[in-house]
Amino acid sequence: MPEPQPMVRMSGIRKEFPGVLALDGVDFRMFPGEVHALMGENGAGKSTLIKVLTGVYGVDAGTIELTGDEVAFNGPGSAQQAGISTVYQEVNLCPNLSVAENVCLGREPRRFGRIQWGAMRRRAEELLARLDVHVDVSAELSTCSIAVQQLVAIARALDVDARVLVLDEPTSSLDAGEVEQLLQVVRSLRESGMAILFVSHFIDQVFAIADRMTVLRNGKLIGEYRTADITPVELVTKMIGKELQVLEDLEDSGPTRAEVADAPVLLAAEDLGRKGGVAPFSLDIHAGEVVGLAGLLGSGRTELARLLFGADHADSGTIQVDGETTALRTPRAGLDHKIAFLSENRKAEGLVEELTVRENIVLALQASRGWARPLSRRRQDEIAEKYIKALDIRPANPEALVGNLSGGNQQKVLLARWLITEPRLLILDEPTRGIDIGAKTEIQRLVTQLSGDGMAVVYISAELEEVLRLSHRVVVLRDRKVVAIRDNNQALTADDVMATMAEGVQA
Amino acid sequence: MKALTKQRLFWPVVALLVLLLGDLIASPSFFKIELRDVHLYGNVIDILKNGAPLILIAIGMTLVIATRGIDLSVGAVVAISGALACLWISDNPDGVGTTLIAFGLALGLSLLLGVWNGWLVAALGIQPIIATLILMVAGRGIAQLISDGQIITVNSHSFEWIGSGYLFTLPGAILIALAVFVLASVLVRRSALGLLVEAVGGNPEASRLAGLRSARLTWLVYVFCALCAGIAGLMISANVHSADANHAGLFIELDAILAVVVGGTQLTGGRFSLGGSVIGALLIQTLTTTVNALGIPPESIMLFKAIVVLVVCLLLSPAFRRKFRRRRSPQAGPSAATPAPEKVEVTA
Repeated sequence: MPEPQPMVRMSGIRKEFPGVLALDGVDFRMFPGEVHALMGENGAGKSTLIKVLTGVYGVDAGTIELTGDEVAFNGPGSAQQAGISTVYQEVNLCPNLSVAENVCLGREPRRFGRIQWGAMRRRAEELLARLDVHVDVSAELSTCSIAVQQLVAIARALDVDARVLVLDEPTSSLDAGEVEQLLQVVRSLRESGMAILFVSHFIDQVFAIADRMTVLRNGKLIGEYRTADITPVELVTKMIGKELQVLEDLEDSGPTRAEVADAPVLLAAEDLGRKGGVAPFSLDIHAGEVVGLAGLLGSGRTELARLLFGADHADSGTIQVDGETTALRTPRAGLDHKIAFLSENRKAEGLVEELTVRENIVLALQASRGWARPLSRRRQDEIAEKYIKALDIRPANPEALVGNLSGGNQQKVLLARWLITEPRLLILDEPTRGIDIGAKTEIQRLVTQLSGDGMAVVYISAELEEVLRLSHRVVVLRDRKVVAIRDNNQALTADDVMATMAEGVQA
Repeated sequence: MKALTKQRLFWPVVALLVLLLGDLIASPSFFKIELRDVHLYGNVIDILKNGAPLILIAIGMTLVIATRGIDLSVGAVVAISGALACLWISDNPDGVGTTLIAFGLALGLSLLLGVWNGWLVAALGIQPIIATLILMVAGRGIAQLISDGQIITVNSHSFEWIGSGYLFTLPGAILIALAVFVLASVLVRRSALGLLVEAVGGNPEASRLAGLRSARLTWLVYVFCALCAGIAGLMISANVHSADANHAGLFIELDAILAVVVGGTQLTGGRFSLGGSVIGALLIQTLTTTVNALGIPPESIMLFKAIVVLVVCLLLSPAFRRKFRRRRSPQAGPSAATPAPEKVEVTA
């Protein structure tokens, strides 16, 4: 069967950054009316390839053809004019403007230089209606849910006469229902003959939506496959280049539930709560225990964790650490009690992007020592080098600016920051979100290992399998309330937890 | 050579040298330094001496700006500090003791004003530009209250020293500014303060969650900045033997902010360079001295300053340098067919 002419054909793309060969002779093509998934670990070159396609980067070698004609973009604007529209991972919108303003920003309907507000609202409504979104377009964007914001970003991308739509991690901050809505939108756009590039770390979503996939590894093309011809396991193996047995082994390693139940109680929260955050709950955490928090987005998972660390202070209840009542009113108090908190929001609450990897790693330790007792430069270098090696942070350069690292490596830097403070309780809020499968596995293996060394871990993840794989007990939250605390034994299944999350009844 | 031009201090230093070279060509005796009664005199010494207050304030301002803040009230603090010192000296018998008490009072009040600024910014969370605007406006009023609306003239030999005295053949003001600079640099880079300030400026919330006491640190830099302004106020009033509540330190906050920016510290906070700010301050002071030395009418000094600052800022702007380079060598590089790609950092 002769294949139709590709909408996009990129051949022999090569892109080098100082010290990094990001793309090495990569070929890539997309067909109209197809969803194409671009797969690979962090640092495999996906983002770079996307940025080449969307005109953000020029190429060192290789050609780009659009429907057979060679093109050269000299900026995102010219790619957009050629019909290539992009929705980036972090929603790039203005939260303080209205929905309609966001959709039409930069191409507002004008007359004599004056914006026609009525026409703008109608246009925004039409575009959103195509996506089956019905919201008040004059509402401020920040009042909409993340899912709606994501769809607004897509509507904005469709506003230009788009033939190719690039979706970079569109689902990473959506819950299950919202993901389904988004996938539905993608399907209907595919029907209309668009070529859609879909990048996601969620393997099941990729298999649900993609017709074809291209796998990259270390800047090289591994291959292009039809979804029907490849299994998830084969795909993952191609992405990381080795068989994936580690995860299965994880479940049986680490201390058992019985062992940790006998260990001393490290932290005991009683009737701890905060108005507008999470309703009062009680929870004991033993040394070496992994406590999983399960619940939908906005169920109060993060709020609960923040109370345990002191990121927010509780307005009811008490916390005891080692049997002594303490008020965790500030993060500093948490740090002083050897509690560490890895926020789900890497960029806003974790990294100082303009500082180096080394500086980011030593930050918490230095903070706990105070400004007057600086870590010597040699000590800093030792620490940074040790953790870069131990966690396989790439590039292995302690003086690289952390803002230039990929998501997974940034996450490892933050992990290192907390591990060097030698915490006794490590709170991980979505540590594996938006990072690749290899890094995910490493982080989970680390959790098991740390728990074996006697560190207590609170593990929050939207991926129930991860929570069930790692935790000794699972705390289920719903509507900002703890609805159940379950021992994680053979009998507890993802379906049970899901049912509790959804209905709030203790099964 | 390329590594050299990438250095943050490269362009400010070049601008300063070019300006000095211009001076040399226009007036060959510009660099002449004379030794009279074991005191050094000359244009270069003048630049350092008259620039000392600005250098001090620029050092304080650098740390404030590094925490994403700004301090507009330094000019007002200059006026208050000078007014209080002069008031005390004019009301009390002349002597070293009186002068020292006057210094203590003035610096103590400056400290309190810094605490006030820090309280508004760090404890109440008011935007720095608004928080310090309050004192910028109100401070002139306070200074007028202290001086009772008059220009207080003093005649105290010991007081004048800080503005125009000499020690080891060098003007005392230079030595004080140098001492503060060395002290601040050592304190900031030998302790962890520098890293912590840069972290707070780079991402305040992340720093808080990493256990930094960011509010306390922010507070500290405003106090330090006000203290620097207080010392500068003493120098300025001692130099003219009087305290003028309306004009002492007028617009010096703008010069200080310029000095910091020219020195390569960005207003968005984070990475800072004390050395850069000193060079920036020297650049601005050299301009003033140049204008006087070359006989350019003083009314055009503002315009002259603006032009030089504009040139330095353009040189510091990556976008401008890129454009300039492209125009200069349109055929260079492998991407001759397509326009040069924008330089974007790797995020993959």
